[in-house]
Amino acid sequence: MEKLQGRSVSPGLVSGEALVSRTPLSFYGGVDFKTGVVIEKGHELEGKCVKGKILVFPCGKGSTVGSYVIYGLMKSGAAPLAIINMETETIVATGVILAGIPCVDGIAIANISTGDLLRVDAQEGCVEWQKKSS
Amino acid sequence: MRLSTEQQQMLAGEYGAVVERQMRLLVRLGELYQAEHMVNIGSAHISGVSYKSIGDPGLEFLEDIASQGAKVKVVTFVNPCGMDLENWEELGFPKDFAAKQKRIMQAFYAIGVMKAATCTPYLVGNLPRFGEHLAWAESSAVSFANSVIGARTNREGGPSALAAAICGCTAAYGLHLAENRKPQVVVEVNAKLRYNSDFGALGYIVGKLVQNKIPYYTGIGDADSDNLKSLGAAMAASGAVALYHIAGITPEAAAMSTAGLDIVRIGETELRAAYANLNTGKEPDMVMIGCPHASLKEISHIAQTVAGRKLRKPLWICTSRITKDAVTRMGLTAIIEAAGGKIVADTCMVVSPIEEMGVKTIGVDSGKAANYLPGFCKQNVVFTRVDDFLEG
Repeated sequence: MEKLQGRSVSPGLVSGEALVSRTPLSFYGGVDFKTGVVIEKGHELEGKCVKGKILVFPCGKGSTVGSYVIYGLMKSGAAPLAIINMETETIVATGVILAGIPCVDGIAIANISTGDLLRVDAQEGCVEWQKKSS
Repeated sequence: MRLSTEQQQMLAGEYGAVVERQMRLLVRLGELYQAEHMVNIGSAHISGVSYKSIGDPGLEFLEDIASQGAKVKVVTFVNPCGMDLENWEELGFPKDFAAKQKRIMQAFYAIGVMKAATCTPYLVGNLPRFGEHLAWAESSAVSFANSVIGARTNREGGPSALAAAICGCTAAYGLHLAENRKPQVVVEVNAKLRYNSDFGALGYIVGKLVQNKIPYYTGIGDADSDNLKSLGAAMAASGAVALYHIAGITPEAAAMSTAGLDIVRIGETELRAAYANLNTGKEPDMVMIGCPHASLKEISHIAQTVAGRKLRKPLWICTSRITKDAVTRMGLTAIIEAAGGKIVADTCMVVSPIEEMGVKTIGVDSGKAANYLPGFCKQNVVFTRVDDFLEG
């Protein structure tokens, strides 16, 4: 188990499986808030569901309405368990704080892969990381 | 981050759960941007009002916090919504859309915002003063307040502006700090700017070129507030310009040094190229003026021009309810309606569902609208000066 230290954006403590995107993610027009399925055409996560995952992506992009979509995911019960970013910009920061979703940023995500096990301590701003057993 | 006693109490939940979470949002955003403290704001302006923009997630969020008793602490205006709130049925807005839009407005009213949905609050009852701190979200109004008035606001998102409205403060970073308001690039204009659309075309090119930098214009001899509204709106749409300076015109320009900055030159050729770029259609199905919302002066000009004529194409002039009431009292609404036009309040072409109302090619004189309408509303665009649309 390796420990990665970052910064707390929104508090909470959860463990789960990583769903990783190497490219930025837009929630507005990019994720269906009822189901948690990524709907942005051509996005590397298109068709994947963020619900119950620890969603890892470099940073957000797109419209500020994305914050409401993150809140909507929480209300629909389709939210990720936590979000990990390299840099959380205002759209994602606003969304996770309003929705109460744990979030940590300042994490070097390059080596984390989909399916890896993560323990997110968003109070302390750190992530414990275990490679998926192959 | 240093917080006042009251701000600490908000964060500790002593003002209730809604205020606590909104304050946490402001503090966390402040920390992200290395703010050292909060500033009290004079007013707020919230974007994300049209049902078309925020959909069910936004509607549910607003109803949730309204039902939890959230109230704004400062004068707060909201952006145009997706329809004329009084005249929507006659104008052909879809019924199911109208029902959702009304719920959004009810939630906003419950929170205590002004009953005026407009992108030009500075024209109709919320005029900031020089140096005043604000939390405004509408990008064209942010540009106007920062640049033309010299007030201080970042380009807020809808939710962060709402949080600031509820807490009465925002984190002191970005354009709230004098050192971040200095120009970063010089734009030398060598072209004749006569119409609002010329300023819109200029703003469109410069926004694309400078992205989120602060431009310092030279060579603009004169410009009225409508010209500047058009320029700033276009720059904020094609780029992310939240502040610009114009030598001899805007209030902070004289104190700014431009030594050592890169220079961008815009002449007639570049201006014509911008018009060519923005024109994607030939003959408009209808014409929409008022992006940002039309001023009293713009509507008076249109009324004078169309008096006694019959317009070839339907014309909508989008404005605030307050301006519509004024021009109606002046008899201008009647003149424009007799020519075949309408004054449409509370909404605009960018946030209303015009693509669902059978419009495919739209005529505009706004650089901002010409930039957004192909994407937001799947429109072909005819972009020219307003007078070209007003011939009988």
